[in-house]
Amino acid sequence: MSDRLHIELTVNGAVRALDVAVHHTLLDALRDDMDLTGTKECCVVGECGACTIIVDGRSVNSCLMLAVEADGAEVTTVEGLAVDRRLSPLQEAFLETGAAQCGFCISGQLMAAHFLLERNPHPTLDEVHDGLSGNLCRCAGYGQIAAAVLQAAERGAT
Amino acid sequence: MHSFEYARPATIAETVALLDEYGPDARLLAGGTDLLIELRDWKIQPKVVIDVKRIAELAPAIRRVDGRLSISASSVMTDIVEDTEVQRHFPALAEAAVVVGSVQIRNRATLAGNICNGSPAADTSPPLLVYRAVVVVVGPAGTRRIPIDDFIVGPGVTALARGEMVTAIEVPFPDRPTGAAYTRLTRRWGTDLASITLCCGVEAGGVTRLAYGSVGPRALLVTDETGVLADEDATEDDKAFVLDAMFADASPSPRSMRASPAYRLAMLRVLGARALHTALERLSKELVP
Repeated sequence: MSDRLHIELTVNGAVRALDVAVHHTLLDALRDDMDLTGTKECCVVGECGACTIIVDGRSVNSCLMLAVEADGAEVTTVEGLAVDRRLSPLQEAFLETGAAQCGFCISGQLMAAHFLLERNPHPTLDEVHDGLSGNLCRCAGYGQIAAAVLQAAERGAT
Repeated sequence: MHSFEYARPATIAETVALLDEYGPDARLLAGGTDLLIELRDWKIQPKVVIDVKRIAELAPAIRRVDGRLSISASSVMTDIVEDTEVQRHFPALAEAAVVVGSVQIRNRATLAGNICNGSPAADTSPPLLVYRAVVVVVGPAGTRRIPIDDFIVGPGVTALARGEMVTAIEVPFPDRPTGAAYTRLTRRWGTDLASITLCCGVEAGGVTRLAYGSVGPRALLVTDETGVLADEDATEDDKAFVLDAMFADASPSPRSMRASPAYRLAMLRVLGARALHTALERLSKELVP
């Protein structure tokens, strides 16, 4: 047992090895230790979804996970959606529909939508609402966000 | 967040030894969706946090054993929702698991954690009560199998003693055709804590079990042995009379910010009648060969 621990994990395809304080969250480690600030900190109680990332194939709130719990895990953050510096079709759809207003919730919305489309490539509007119900948008841009997800699905995106 | 030591035991025996050594200064970490909030708010200040997710004995998540479905302490809500045996035999449990928190929460939160956290509004308590689940507890003195109705004690309180941990929750396959349904009352569509949680289960033969939570310090289980609720020929008034009596022990808190006691008591009857209706429909499908 220790209050610091060495962990190794794969983040957006690259292996990262680092020492973390055991009481720091995975969100802290991503933003402060790995400089991946695309993942946002907001409510820190798992209600807003701004810190959503993918861990071992499932979407999670990174504010509700200790960094040490991710030892050995495969992590994807919003920085991992683009390939070769080209936005993913899902990200393009968010741009085209004007889904991002202030933009603060969008990293989380994208990750939740990415998880939804991987599980369910052709969701109905209700399924989009359900799938994104853990992601709040204070600008209330839900109409455009849902439209972006449906448009991306139509083009076969994840 | 306050600092603590982190332990990641590989076996149940190691975990029990740590729990026994540290007593109230130890906290188990499964999904962490409740625990991390309490840690961050300094509501709890354990010396050691024990992560149970690397205990090999807790895999696989869900398996069939001797007439029961064993749901291990590391099973998350998503595992339960997606499990075909749960969907087929325990639909009310799937209905409760699929409304816990959000997608992200359900990908982390465990069934065992939902029960051990001891919230009166825990969605999974009513179906586990109706399905007569048994909590498998391992401690320094060995294994205990505690009926869920005895395991749930009050807000934040369970029957767990020092050094004990939940390793699985077992749900017996019904020995006769059963129809069951879960429903809840929330303030809005989407993610919310429930103002009422309610599960109704009807067995072929006429026994109806009803469990309801979020209207008192713990979820309650009541049984109608008269057969009136399951009787096709009973009038709605007859059924309402029986349901009213079954809700007699509901004692919603006047201090809750989610709903007033009067509203909860009124809605309890509405939800009870609806869940009974769905449970009876499901039972009739079970009875068609």
